Amino acid sequence: MADPVVEVTHLRKTYGDKVAVDDVSFTVQPGEIFGILGPNGAGKTTTVETLAGLRHADGGTVTVLGHDTQRDPAAVKDLLGVQLQEATLHDKITVGEVLHLFAGFYSRPADPGELLDLLDLTEHTDKQFGRLSGGQKQRLSIALALVGNPEVAILDELTTGLDPQARRSTWELVERVRATGVTILLVTHFMDEAERLCDRLVVIDAGRVVAEGTPAGLIDGLDDERTVVVRFGADDAGRARQRLDRLAAEHHDVVRVEELDGTPGEIAVSGTPRVLFAVVPALAEADLVPEDVRTVTRTLEDVFLAVTGRTYAPQEPEPELTTEGVRS
Amino acid sequence: MTTTTAAPARRRSSGWHGFGRLLTTETKVWMRDFASPFFGIVFPTIILLGVGFFIPGMRDPITDAPPDSVWFGLTPIATFLPTVLAMAVGTASLTVMPVTIATYREKGVLRRMSTTPMRPQGIVASHLIINMVTTLVGIALALVVAELAFGVPVPSQLGVVLLATALGLSSMFALGMLVAAVAPRPSSANAIAMSLYFPMLLLAGLWTPGPIMPDLLRDIGQFTPLGAAAQALTTGWFEAGFPTLQMVVMVVWTAVLLPLAIRLFRWS
Repeated sequence: MADPVVEVTHLRKTYGDKVAVDDVSFTVQPGEIFGILGPNGAGKTTTVETLAGLRHADGGTVTVLGHDTQRDPAAVKDLLGVQLQEATLHDKITVGEVLHLFAGFYSRPADPGELLDLLDLTEHTDKQFGRLSGGQKQRLSIALALVGNPEVAILDELTTGLDPQARRSTWELVERVRATGVTILLVTHFMDEAERLCDRLVVIDAGRVVAEGTPAGLIDGLDDERTVVVRFGADDAGRARQRLDRLAAEHHDVVRVEELDGTPGEIAVSGTPRVLFAVVPALAEADLVPEDVRTVTRTLEDVFLAVTGRTYAPQEPEPELTTEGVRS
Repeated sequence: MTTTTAAPARRRSSGWHGFGRLLTTETKVWMRDFASPFFGIVFPTIILLGVGFFIPGMRDPITDAPPDSVWFGLTPIATFLPTVLAMAVGTASLTVMPVTIATYREKGVLRRMSTTPMRPQGIVASHLIINMVTTLVGIALALVVAELAFGVPVPSQLGVVLLATALGLSSMFALGMLVAAVAPRPSSANAIAMSLYFPMLLLAGLWTPGPIMPDLLRDIGQFTPLGAAAQALTTGWFEAGFPTLQMVVMVVWTAVLLPLAIRLFRWS
């Protein structure tokens, strides 16, 4: 395995009495889209801002491309692109001006024209920042993170506040950027975003890593329970329920029948991964043909529930963070 | 984002690479706001013209001073010129620059800058330069207009006038930088700046210029940066002698305020 691009070891950061990051460790490999997922206030942003050398850590080490960003933050500024949450620009600066301006700070900048093309901003080159839509501002923000031709890009909550259409195009964009060889650290509180984009991720809750792995691996690593939901018309629903209850009684090690509150006639059958094999022959034998069959998909939300014991609520109120410890 | 030409090696940035472009871009964008250039450059001259043309007697030579005093035969509007210059020094430094910097802080521009190889100090430095140049242009405009409209005399001690201007600039920009350093929001920067600006204009003689300033105001004013600047300019322009106290006051203000501003400066 190649040297990790980012290495965070036992990172700790407090603001007065409040522990923002308790103990966070992870490594990011070259070319990955690596996710930092968790509810608001979990410590995600503090983690990446410390990683970028914008905040002082209280403990642990952070390195980017082999440089300790706590000891020497200037060493990585030319190699690391950062898209900050809620950072805006002067309302009257144009897209083209700010991109050329930022390009001038780097030793080996990307071609601003190519970048405008990549981010579908070419037609807005002369538009002032204050007149851009939310999605355009977000794309410009990504462009600014990439204009230094970075080897690593940190993208913090880049689809918050975007409509579904804009979110999907932003996701495609992140994949296009990764295809150019940039390693991406994606901070998000959206489970679907992490599942869709990330090669690997850590789930952070209350300043600690509670799960780490690939999205599929984390989901597969849950308990082995599977659920099949079958729906019957009014005529068959009662008979089907009886048949499935009998099945559960015969094979209680494999099958469990649950009522569903939702649609009338829907019956959920849970059990081991073999539950589908048990349900289908039982129904076929009694000539009960369901109107609909679906298997319930597990998501990262189930992973979060399993590791924290809480239902995932991304909008937990963000504690007011002081700006103490921010450095230039 | 492939680079077709031979890529220069990555280098460790000094933190100032691209400052020239930053300064020109900031200047261009800053000029799109009508108010900032207007107040910094034109406002002192408008006050000069307004006072000169609309207050009766401002252009009539002073005859009620003793005939051997330096004021005898001067026009009141001429004695108002040091106040106008002091006002030019105080306007961009105190009313324009702190609000600009507080706005950049609130919008996260300073924080975003600190993620790039450019130091966020670069943006502060560029606005220091922009507002200093604005002030100098404002002073030049006021001088030209004063000469053309009112025929004011040349300074009796040019060196004193230049030194007083330079120290006035340094002390007022140090004060403006302190306001910029601590004001959490643009609105608070504006509130702090205005509550300093108007008393300072009073002490600099906006309502009672030069020889007609009451002793109490003069005694207080000599210990403030703008009051000391106006008094030192008045001495340099019309009188003899070196305004030592006023010069020292401005040096002390600069020496105290500037390090304090640097120490207290918040980037986000």
